[in-house]
Amino acid sequence: MTDGKKVRIATCSLAGCFGCHMSLLDIDERVFDLMQLVEFDRTPLTDIKHCGPCDVGIVEGGVCNAENVHVLKEFRKNCKVLVATGACAITGGLPALRNNIDLWDCFQEVYQYEGGLEGGQVPNDPELPLPFDQVRPIAEVVKVDYFLPGCPPPADAIWKFLSDLIAGREPRLDYEMLHFD
Amino acid sequence: MEPCEFPHIEQQLTPVFKRQGQGADRLLQILLEAQDIFHYIPAGALDCVAAQLGVPRTRVEGVAGFYSFLSLESVGEYRVLFSDNITDHMLGKPELMQYFCNKLWVEPGRVSEDDLVSVDSTSCTGMCDQGPAALVNGWPLTSLDHNRLDLVIELIRARKPVADWPPMLFEVGDNIHRAGVLLGEPFEAGAGIKAALVRGAEATLKEVELSNLRGRGGAGFPTSRKWGACRSSPGTAHYVVCNADEGEPGTFKDRVLLTSHADQVFEGMTVAARVVGAAKGLLYLRGEYRYLLQRLQETLARRRAAGLLGRSILGGAGFDFEIEIHLGAGAYICGEESALIESLEGKRGRPRNRPPFPVAHGYLDQPTVVDNVETFACAARIAEKGGAWFAGIGTPESSGSKILSVSGDCARPGIYEYPFGVTVREVLADCGAEEPFAVQVSGPSGTTLSWREFDRRICFEDLPTAGAFMVFRRGRDMFDAASNFARFFAHESCGFCTPCRVGTQLQRKIMDKIAGGHGTASDLEELKGLGRLMKDMSHCGLGHTAPNPVLDTLEKFPDMYERRLKALAFEPAFDLDGALATARRITGRDDEWAHV
Ligand SMILES: Cc1cc2nc3c(=O)[nH]c(=O)nc-3n(C[C@H](O)[C@H](O)[C@H](O)COP(=O)(O)O)c2cc1C
Ligand code: SF4
Ligand code: SF4
Repeated sequence: MTDGKKVRIATCSLAGCFGCHMSLLDIDERVFDLMQLVEFDRTPLTDIKHCGPCDVGIVEGGVCNAENVHVLKEFRKNCKVLVATGACAITGGLPALRNNIDLWDCFQEVYQYEGGLEGGQVPNDPELPLPFDQVRPIAEVVKVDYFLPGCPPPADAIWKFLSDLIAGREPRLDYEMLHFD
Repeated sequence: MEPCEFPHIEQQLTPVFKRQGQGADRLLQILLEAQDIFHYIPAGALDCVAAQLGVPRTRVEGVAGFYSFLSLESVGEYRVLFSDNITDHMLGKPELMQYFCNKLWVEPGRVSEDDLVSVDSTSCTGMCDQGPAALVNGWPLTSLDHNRLDLVIELIRARKPVADWPPMLFEVGDNIHRAGVLLGEPFEAGAGIKAALVRGAEATLKEVELSNLRGRGGAGFPTSRKWGACRSSPGTAHYVVCNADEGEPGTFKDRVLLTSHADQVFEGMTVAARVVGAAKGLLYLRGEYRYLLQRLQETLARRRAAGLLGRSILGGAGFDFEIEIHLGAGAYICGEESALIESLEGKRGRPRNRPPFPVAHGYLDQPTVVDNVETFACAARIAEKGGAWFAGIGTPESSGSKILSVSGDCARPGIYEYPFGVTVREVLADCGAEEPFAVQVSGPSGTTLSWREFDRRICFEDLPTAGAFMVFRRGRDMFDAASNFARFFAHESCGFCTPCRVGTQLQRKIMDKIAGGHGTASDLEELKGLGRLMKDMSHCGLGHTAPNPVLDTLEKFPDMYERRLKALAFEPAFDLDGALATARRITGRDDEWAHV
């Protein structure tokens, strides 16, 4: 997709468990092939804090707080192709289980009523990301180009997806890579 | 059978088991009675029923969880369900429901703290010509206004049993404004059967073929072919099933047929039994029409006494036929014939794979004819008067008459029977529609017509319909109608296949997003793509038709969508900063990072 130049990829984990990133690493020795073709911008692996202009952005996890929105918008602005990776990014996934609990009740339960917490005060440091009342799929916040399903998507699926994209093909996953029962 | 651990519950259920029997196919009917007794289905009752019928508890719970008139949590002594069809909305349902809730101090969808009353919405109850309507413990309340609701509130507060409420609250009118061969001409019970007996089964089937009768449930399948296929299918027993689920919002003509022309319907079923060789018939009555049950049972008893049901009907040696009535419990999907059969067998209403078709493998895996109420009414007439007579009415490919259920913006909502081929314009004139702008033909799963198309004809060649005809005058917002229908499908999807289960939810969400002022051009494209996917990939007719109202209105009334769009580029689906408000309130923060 970039005629000779290395494809630049950024990844991030929002409200996720890093399982999707682990699955990316699960491509094992193919990671050497991958490194021939791509370079990494912001990822948890490079420790770059802000994302610059990239070809592909891989997002794990849904949107659960204000910081997630800033990161996600930065990714959307900088990445030509944005990929929602894994159940959490696509639907909200596991973290979205909290959507059935009222945020107010939840904070009360955790910080005011739970024994052994000093002061019984809700933390309000501006450094702490402020949570949304619901966990949202990333497609509800920015436009998403591709959805890579799975919890996590299998390493083979990630590999196939990226190789297609890098080769400039429309990514196609066989049924085996998409069914999970 | 194992003893039940909940003696007090078992005690109350014992008479039910006695009455209903202990076949697994009785499960749904038993749960309906349990719901009546306890106002919900307590865990103990699930256990008792499972033990009594010898089926796994998961199966009992699965059925109890599927039907919306059954509930696993208390819904209070009085459960009031407001009909949510767009016609109810146009008559003021949202405001009335809010008024009702406020006065009773309940939130929609919740039970009052004293466990007295709960209020919620339910899919169309089939009272569109006399809405806004509601159900109280299953009984229909019609023509609601503030006065009538005040009375209802008084009765609830006084804890008066619904059976003792003033009958005028429950009056349901037929409102027949135009009668044709089915509704207008006198019918003598037994005339059709007599003629069929004289002619014989083979010749009666020939008459039905000659009549060109096509199914009135919407799909228009030739009835004689269905009957013929069932007749020639081998099996240990054959069955005749009457589909009185009438779940399509805006349709209420089967209700009127069953109210005032039930003899004709049962007669058609009996003629069908003669043709296919069935000894048992089943009428699947939608839960919303439960109030008709007793009267229908009486009609059956009368027919039995007159020798029109039972053994050797009208002296025909070996012509034995009985009809049983099964109740539905608030599930639109149970109108789909294979889901209906599952429901008759006491299961969740999940559409079967087809083929095999019910004519070969239907109820209890035996050859079964499933036809609409109106189809049977036609069949009775055809048996009596002959196929040629019937074929002479209507158009070449759509013989006979069609009963329309007209509602919405018109002076005279109600029932209109026309020979097939009538134009939409004629119907609009007859019902007194003022400045009509759009018509929803055949309900949400049908077609949205714009005023440019009022010369189209009601017939299988042009506009097939199951009977609904909802009128919208100029000034109505067709986006709201499509949104209402999208909500309906999202609620009624049975959840079996992903394209429909997820697709109907996504469709509803995008419509909500646009309604909330967050929509963009890309959302409209998304709706179109989603619609194609649902049409191509869904398992049954519900999923195939669920995108119709959205796709039709997008094509015919694009401005009603476009004027709501926020931007042409992508926009978030919700108010980002607003979604942080709760957390700001809890933490007391208002710093730069507490906003997006
Ligand atoms: C979702 C869905 C709901 C349906 N609801 C009804 C209904 O309420 N009444 C009905 O007669 N047919 C309904 N049908 C059509 C039936 O599957 C079936 O075609 C019909 O009962 C056959 O009878 P007919 O040949 O007399 O029309 C429905 C179909 C689908 C897919
Ligand atoms: S999709 Fe699964 S693996 Fe990926 S972040 Fe979510 S929970 Fe973890
Ligand atoms: S299309 Fe919808 S209603 Fe039909 S089987 Fe699939 S989920 Fe159920």
